[in-house]
Amino acid sequence: MIRHWPGALAAALVVALALGTLAAVALRAEGWTALQSADWAAVRFTLLQATLSALFSVGLALPVARALARRQFPGRRALVTLMGAPFILPVIVAVLGLLAVFGRNGLISHILGVFGLPPIHIYGLHGVVLAHVFFNLPLATRLILHGWLSIPGERFRLAASLGFGPRETFRLLELPMLRAVLPGAALVIFLICTTSFAVALALGGGPRATTVELAIYQAFRFEFDLGHAALLGLVQVAICATAAALARGASLPAEMGGGLDRAVQRWDAGATQLKLIDAIATCLAAAFLLTPLGAVVADGLAGITRLPGAVLWAAGRSLAVALAAAALTLALALPLAVFIHNAGRAGSALAETVAYLPVATSPLVIGVGLFIVIFPFADPVSLALPVTALVNAVMSLPFVMRAILPALTEAEAAYGRLADSLGMKGLTRLRIFLLPRLARPLGFATGLAAALSAGDLGVVALFVDPAEATLPLYLYQLMASYRMEEAAGAALVLLALSLGLFVAFDRGGRLGAQA
Amino acid sequence: MRYAITLATALGLALPVAAEEKPVLTVYTYDSFVSDWGPGPQIEKDFEAVCNCDLNLVGTGDGAAMLGRLKLEGTRTRADVVLGLDTNLTAAAAETGLFAKHGIEDVELALPVEWDDEIFLLYDWGWFAFVYDRSKVTNVPKNFRELAASDLKIVIQDPRSSTPGLGLLLWVQAAYGDEARAIWEGLADNIVTVTKGWSEAYGMFLDGEADMVLSYTTSPAYHLIAEGDDTKAAAPFEEGHYMQIEVMGRIASSDQPELAQSFLRFMLSDMAQSVLPTTNWMYPALMPEMGLPKGFETLITPERSLLYPPAEAAKVRDAALEVWREALSQ
Repeated sequence: MIRHWPGALAAALVVALALGTLAAVALRAEGWTALQSADWAAVRFTLLQATLSALFSVGLALPVARALARRQFPGRRALVTLMGAPFILPVIVAVLGLLAVFGRNGLISHILGVFGLPPIHIYGLHGVVLAHVFFNLPLATRLILHGWLSIPGERFRLAASLGFGPRETFRLLELPMLRAVLPGAALVIFLICTTSFAVALALGGGPRATTVELAIYQAFRFEFDLGHAALLGLVQVAICATAAALARGASLPAEMGGGLDRAVQRWDAGATQLKLIDAIATCLAAAFLLTPLGAVVADGLAGITRLPGAVLWAAGRSLAVALAAAALTLALALPLAVFIHNAGRAGSALAETVAYLPVATSPLVIGVGLFIVIFPFADPVSLALPVTALVNAVMSLPFVMRAILPALTEAEAAYGRLADSLGMKGLTRLRIFLLPRLARPLGFATGLAAALSAGDLGVVALFVDPAEATLPLYLYQLMASYRMEEAAGAALVLLALSLGLFVAFDRGGRLGAQA
Repeated sequence: MRYAITLATALGLALPVAAEEKPVLTVYTYDSFVSDWGPGPQIEKDFEAVCNCDLNLVGTGDGAAMLGRLKLEGTRTRADVVLGLDTNLTAAAAETGLFAKHGIEDVELALPVEWDDEIFLLYDWGWFAFVYDRSKVTNVPKNFRELAASDLKIVIQDPRSSTPGLGLLLWVQAAYGDEARAIWEGLADNIVTVTKGWSEAYGMFLDGEADMVLSYTTSPAYHLIAEGDDTKAAAPFEEGHYMQIEVMGRIASSDQPELAQSFLRFMLSDMAQSVLPTTNWMYPALMPEMGLPKGFETLITPERSLLYPPAEAAKVRDAALEVWREALSQ
């Protein structure tokens, strides 16, 4: 077996970042204000929008992932990659892209106007959910797609030889896989949405759309009430732990058994009707995700020529942070996944919850907490970039775990005993057995971590030096100086950088269903 | 990671040693001041030419974030001067006890209201206003009541996360007092949405999501001077316009008190003041010898200026926020 300590160490680091920073903020507090009715309203709205966002993202991702899993068509690979782009865009860019399509002055409103109809009204709870689905549908699709692709080709072959139709295939092969994958996917999206703030506010249409994160922001900058901020941070942690427990209870491990990695052929999906359904699902998802992206690109092309040379330095810093974050993510995720897999039931439940913590913890609390911890020893500003990389790596862990844990469980179930009997331990086991088996989700996860990190303004916005700005911060600076066109150009550069990073890592993992 | 931290710490320690011959003056300010398009680069060049020192401008988010950071750092702060608080923050800033008196008396301020503060010196100021596109909006409202009665769509910022958002909150409060709730209820159907910060709101306005956006009376000057676009204008409101006064102060525990003092003086010199209008897009505290840049004469000049004194701003803020939230949450 693999030793436990690297995994335990990774878990400890995550706890230190998520809860240690919270404790640091709480310890600096000079008083405590109890939660008030406005805070509870924020909690209710947060839960409501996050639940709806998770359900819609996963529900809509199902037909898309199924279509992508059983169809081959030209450009499929490019489509899967491009569809990941919304997830890695800075919030402000994505919002403006969405509004270019769904806004009062957007594409759809213009088309409605041709027929004499009033513009659509995007602002409200439905707008918040729409935006969150835009961000998270790609992630949900990819997580579910990984589930589908993990069903060995031999199972479909056996199913075909037993005369299974689409219904039996679904019930006996696909449903068990979905029971294992869906709760985790829904959970991770729910958690991402609980810390949403700028999107919820901008598309929510007003103070009705106040989330817990906004309440924390208010406690910090409006009242400078650290105790209240810490208390709200604790509420977020409680929401995370509860949701993680619920998702764990709802998920059943799929027991597919091993396969020989032969190309998957789907004998059950040949009917014209099914082909049509898949085509419609793919086209709708592509249109929904790619049209706003197209608006971002079109806007950016106009501004990109006017960008000053300094944008290259900013891009370089972002690239360095992203690569460091990707490397750190791998170094943390693999031991943690192995640890979760090998620990007893209670231990693994605890460790899995720990892995989810960072995404449910307020970025602002982490940032302020880190500042409080670092300040007595060093100048936080000089550490801004390394800290950004570390925090981004830890923040990516939940997605990364979601992608590699199911694959690890399956690999161990299928080949673990063989590896044991051959006496494979430690690094050897990792190199010969686990890494090749986990290549696909690992490539995806590392790419995601790198791309997210490149696009993230980061929890360290509080103490990053604008002269050492990363690309997202540079973009915000352009906007704050009225230079919206150049900012659009910078957004395009950022999009290209993030997508490039994502593609580079993701290529490591294979995607072909029918290679 | 450990190596990265060691390396960065080493660099952080190495910098002051390398610059030991020249004293370093550290100034905390907001991000847009230090950005390539803000006043920062020019101010740094001009001040370093006369001070025989190294001016270290540190961007710290916006004014409220800067105050938060200062409170976290306390007396151990590296800042010698803080530049970029506004009158909504100065009461809380003064309460920290971190600031020293500026001791500068002999300046002729070009300001439409009285200014007397022994800790904080103003360096520029502006009026909040709703900005619109003249080619699209013809029935320009002359006050908040007309705006509320119109079917014009506006986008505003959240007072809890944005400086202009807080400015609007206090504007309505100062103009209408007890009637503020009715004004907000009337405005509710005009407000397309409320954003986290100024950039989102202004970007949405430029993209045509709203007819008007809360910004500054000087915003049209940017479009005119930098882009040659004269379609943007600010709507003059009869109630008067709320002001934003940006101030600076020096830290009492600074090891460079004289240098800090000379920086405050420099910021009020003609050299620095003439940089501000077209980089910070605000009015200078003192009229530069050359006057205001060409294009500023096209801007509206409100007949009345509204401003709560710092102590009062801090007092009315919370109740006004509660009214705002209730009126817009229905």
